[in-house]
Order: sequence, then structure tokens, then C-alpha cells
Amino acid sequence: MSDAIYYQGLVKSMMFIIILVSFAPLVIIVLIAGYQYSIVYEEKVEAHLRELVLKHDQSVDSYLEEKVAEIQVLSEVIDIESLADQSRLKELHDALVRWHGTAFVDLGLIDGRGIQVAYSGPYNLQGVDYADEAWLREVRERNVHVSDVGLGRRGVPHFTISLRLESKGREWFLRTTLDFIAFNRLVEDIHIGETGMAYIINRQAEFQTTPRRDMTGEIPFLRELVSDSNSAIAKGRASMTIQTNPATGRETIFVTSAIKDGDWILVYQQETADAYADLNRSRDLAVVVLLLGGVAIIVMAYLMSRRMARRIERADLDKESMNEQVIEAGKLASVGELAAGIAHEINNPVAIMVEEAGWIQDLLEEGLAEGDNDREVQRALNQIRTQGGRCKEITHKLLSFARKIDPTVKHFCLNELVHEIVALSEQRAKYANVVIETSLADNIPPLEASPSEMQQVFLNLVNNAIDAMDPGGGNLDIASRLDGNQVVVAITDTGCGIPRANLSRIFDPFFTTKPVGKGTGLGLSIIYGIINKMGGTISVNSAVDQGTTFTLRLPVGEVADSAACEVGGGDAA
Amino acid sequence: MVGINVLLVDDEESFRKTLGKRLGKRGIVVEEAGTGEEALEKLAAHVPDVILLDVKMPGMDGLTALNKIKQKEPLVEVVMLTGHASMEIAIRGMELGAFDYLMKPVEFEELLYKLEDAAKRKRHQESRIEARTQFR
Repeated sequence: MSDAIYYQGLVKSMMFIIILVSFAPLVIIVLIAGYQYSIVYEEKVEAHLRELVLKHDQSVDSYLEEKVAEIQVLSEVIDIESLADQSRLKELHDALVRWHGTAFVDLGLIDGRGIQVAYSGPYNLQGVDYADEAWLREVRERNVHVSDVGLGRRGVPHFTISLRLESKGREWFLRTTLDFIAFNRLVEDIHIGETGMAYIINRQAEFQTTPRRDMTGEIPFLRELVSDSNSAIAKGRASMTIQTNPATGRETIFVTSAIKDGDWILVYQQETADAYADLNRSRDLAVVVLLLGGVAIIVMAYLMSRRMARRIERADLDKESMNEQVIEAGKLASVGELAAGIAHEINNPVAIMVEEAGWIQDLLEEGLAEGDNDREVQRALNQIRTQGGRCKEITHKLLSFARKIDPTVKHFCLNELVHEIVALSEQRAKYANVVIETSLADNIPPLEASPSEMQQVFLNLVNNAIDAMDPGGGNLDIASRLDGNQVVVAITDTGCGIPRANLSRIFDPFFTTKPVGKGTGLGLSIIYGIINKMGGTISVNSAVDQGTTFTLRLPVGEVADSAACEVGGGDAA
Repeated sequence: MVGINVLLVDDEESFRKTLGKRLGKRGIVVEEAGTGEEALEKLAAHVPDVILLDVKMPGMDGLTALNKIKQKEPLVEVVMLTGHASMEIAIRGMELGAFDYLMKPVEFEELLYKLEDAAKRKRHQESRIEARTQFR
């Protein structure tokens, strides 16, 4: 279970790293490049719009100036009498129309009292009294006047150019109406994107050209925008401002330019989103690419880390089974070491049995009646039975150990195990002149580990200890005690000890000081692996020619029936 | 065969006793020792013709005992009793001057022949030494 969590954690951390490493540069590039690109692009768009407005405000101004200049030429070249003459005026107007198209809709001469004395045009406006008109006052003051666009008397949008003339002490006014449609076309053609359009308004935000859509809702806003006559918007050329248009509720770019000496303002407006549509499109594209890339990265990271984790898991499993094989091999090696002792141990009773059998044969040849041969045969048979029992005991002990290592974790009693191992090694110890002593605490709770692996641990340690004391013999002391939630087992010998130089290497696999063919060098490394696996520690303390102590610290298993062991341990002892 | 003096050294008392009885039945004079030390003591009191020595014993092991025996009484022939797994001990023993070795459990007849041969060789050696001293 914990293994599954471990591998899940592995998948997660691998995924996290892959995603981080892949995303970080992607996001950084997109952010930096996107930022730079948008700045450049916005500047381009703004420059383009300014350019556009500048070009058009010039053309509007020059259109007006041109028309004014033409009328001015007329007024200077032609005398008042000719202008006042209806038929001459008509001729003049016809010539203007012929050469200037329909730009000049009509032409009229107004006398000093404001009465139109001569008129040529589509409307019947001869004799009309303009005395109270605002434009008349204006033209009296300034000599030239270009009116705002209005419906006037004819009920059609138009604007007029008026000139003040003086002839023989009398005041005259030459007035022409300009074609609104032609004028409108000057700005009407500015048409960019969905919402980009241009129009001309006066200071009161009255439209001087017809906007492409109904903009009555925006008039108060526009009035506010242009009312401040000192602001850059009102005065400057192609000044740009970005504001939220209350009529549409969208952010809108306004580029404004004052024309006609600041009376009118050319306004170009376009919704920001529309103006930057290309930018937004490429931003959206980048976001989509980023998202798709992100999804791809996440999916790939997930699949890859899962595959990696699975491989690692498989490798771990392989390693584990390899470990088991190594442990098995190590076990065989320690069994082999035991075999020498065991063979002798078995040989002794067998030899006795053979001799007893031979003795019985001898006695039978002699005849049972002879002396107390009868009883002697009885004794010999008993002896054979006893020695047979001894053999059986030895083989049982060996068999119980030599079974395949079972890594299943169980609860087992340490003291029992120690007694088993001691019993198994007793004979070997005897011939090596080693006295094994055990001082085991009664209160050792059951441990959680594989009993056969623990057998291996203790057998190896005891074998090593006996080897260390051979020849010469010594004492082998196995002590156990409970220390908090750990069981401490110390295996102390009075053998040759381990030189300091070797101490750090004794747990390395294949490290051995025994001659080739005598030791695998696996024993202690296997022990180390087993103890580590069960969460314990093994430490060594050694002095040359004094002896060695191996100390195992094993975690106590989590079991309630800790009393079970004391009884069991007692039985085994 | 009759009259051979054999010192039987083995830590297993039952083995020693029974083998002793069987050899005794065949006219061999048997003395017994349970350990190497005991064997050396007995050797000091009475020199046997052949020593039958188990090489694997608690206390003084067989090879040490063999060494000491040969130092004390070079003429005594020693037949070693070994287990299967202690072949190299047997070889070491031969180098140290043992007469031969036998694997436990021993074939009784073979043991008898070995003891006889050993005793013969010892007597032969003794007579050669005797002759040499006489000539000198």
C-alpha cells in the first residue's frame, strides 16, 4: 500500500518537474514576445490613425480654403453690378458648376440690409431677408464666414461660405452654398475595421458630417470631450485619447484634430478592441497555442512519468527478487558453513550406531547365553535408539533452517529464535571451544519481520562470531533488552576483532577477509539489507584481539498481545 | 594382532567404550582418553603402539594433539578419525606425521587392518632403531 503511495508521489514529482521545466520557458517567451509585440503593434496602429487623421484634417481644411479662395477670386474679379444682375450671376454660377462639379449648389448676392438681391440655384430664395441671421453678423465682423452645417430655410443639410464686399461705400455679401454630399465624402470614406469612422463636429458637438451610424446617444459625451476649448483635444492636431464610450460601453480610441480655425473638430473614433483586432487575434492564437501546448505537456508529462514510475517499480521489483536470490545464496553459504559442523555432529552418532551394531554382531557370534551378553545386547540396542534420536534431532534442526527463505512478515518471538540458533550452532561452538551464553530479557514483545530472514541474520552473526574465535575459543554472549519501542540485541564475541581499516567496509557486498572459496562476503551485507528493510539498524563495535559487538536495534511490531511472547519464549528456552 | 596397545582418543564416550570392547574382544589392549589433554597424560604414563585420534574434539583439537604427541613420542603411530568435511585436516595431519586417516563412521575390518599395519610399522621402526644402536 505504502509502495503505491510512494510510486504515486514519484509520478507527481516527476510530472511537476517536467511541467515546470517545459512551461517556464514557454510562458516566459510568450509573455515577453507578446508584450513587446503588443507594444510595437499598438504604436503602429496609433501612428497609423494619427497619420490618417492628419491627412484628412488637412484635406478638409484645404477643401474649405480652396472654396473660400474661389469665391474670393470671383468677388475681386467681377464687379458688384454684374453680380447683382440676375442673369450674369446665373451665368457665373453655371460656369462654376461646369468646372467645379456640383460643389457650388447656389450663389447669391445680399445687400447691406440683408436682402438677397440676386440668386442662382435650385431654390427660389430671391428677395429673402437674412437681416437677423447669425452668419450675417459674423461676416460683417470677419469679412469671411463659413457656416456650420444646418438645415436652414430649405430643410436640407448644407453649409455656406459668405464674403463681405465693399463697393462705393455700400456693403454687399456674396454667399454660396456648398454641396454637403461632396463635403461629407471627405470624411465619410474613412472607414477602418468594424467601428472605425470619422466625422466632423462643431464645438457644440453638432454633427457637421453624417456619421455612418446613428450617434445621437453619444452627443453629450462628445460635447464633454470637445467642450473644453483649452484642452489638447480641442486645440491639437491628431491628439489621441482612449475613453470608455458611454453609449456603447466599450473602450474607444478618439483621435481628434481641430480644423477650420478650431471651430470644427475632426473626430476619428474606433473601438479599441476593433483597432487592435489583429493584435487580439494573434494574442488569442498565442493563448490557444499555449493552452493546447499546455494540455499536450500535461498529458505527456503524466504519461511519461507514469511510464517511468512503472519502469522504476518494475526495476525495484526485479531488485527485490534479486535481493531475495542473493539472500538465498547467502543462506546457502551459511548453511554450507554449518555443514562442516553438522556433518561431524551426524557422523558421531552414526559412528556409535555402527560400532554398537558391530558389537551386537560380536556378541551374537559368541552366543547370548554367554556371561551377561544378553544384557549387553539390550544396552547396545538402547544406545542405537538413543543415537538415532540424536540424528533425527540434528536433521530436523537443519531442515527447519534450510527451507526456502520466506520473506513474509510475521510476528515472531525473538528469544525463541535466539534459542533455535544457539541450539543449531551449539555443536559447532563446542568444537571451536566457544561457550555461548544468552541473557535475554523476558519482556521482549513480538517483532514484525520475516522469521526465516531473522534466522539468517542471527545464524550469520553467530557463525561470524565463532569464526572470529577460531582457533582458541572464547565466549559468545547474546543479550536482548527492551529500549523504549526498540529491541536491542547485542552479540558479543571475544574473538580477533575487526581492524579499524575494515570497519567501514564490512557491510559492503563481497567484502571478505576470508581466503578465496571460504566466504562469499555477502553475509553482513545481506544482514544489513534485512535489518534496514524492517526499519532497524545494525552497528558494530570492535577492538582488535578484544572482540566484536554487533548491536541490532529492531522496531517493536504493533501488536496488542505482547504477552504472547513471554510464554512462547519461556517454552522455547 | 594380539598384544597391540591402542590409545583411543574420542570425545564421544559411547563410541569409545563400544569400540574399546570390540577391539578388546580381538585381543587388542585398549586405553581410552576423552580429550587431547587426557591423551597426553596417558602417553606420559604408558606409550601405546597406535593412537586412534579423533581430529574434531572440544578443547584441544586433534591436530594440536597430534603435534604434541609426535613431539613427545615420535615413534607412536597415529591413525586419525575424520569427518567428510574435514579432508584438509586429514591432509594436514598426514603432513604432521600421522600414519593414515579413516573416515567416520569406520569400517571395523578396515580399522583393524590399519591398526595392525600401524603397529607393524612401529615395531619395524623400533627394530631398525634397535639394530642401529646395536651396530654403533
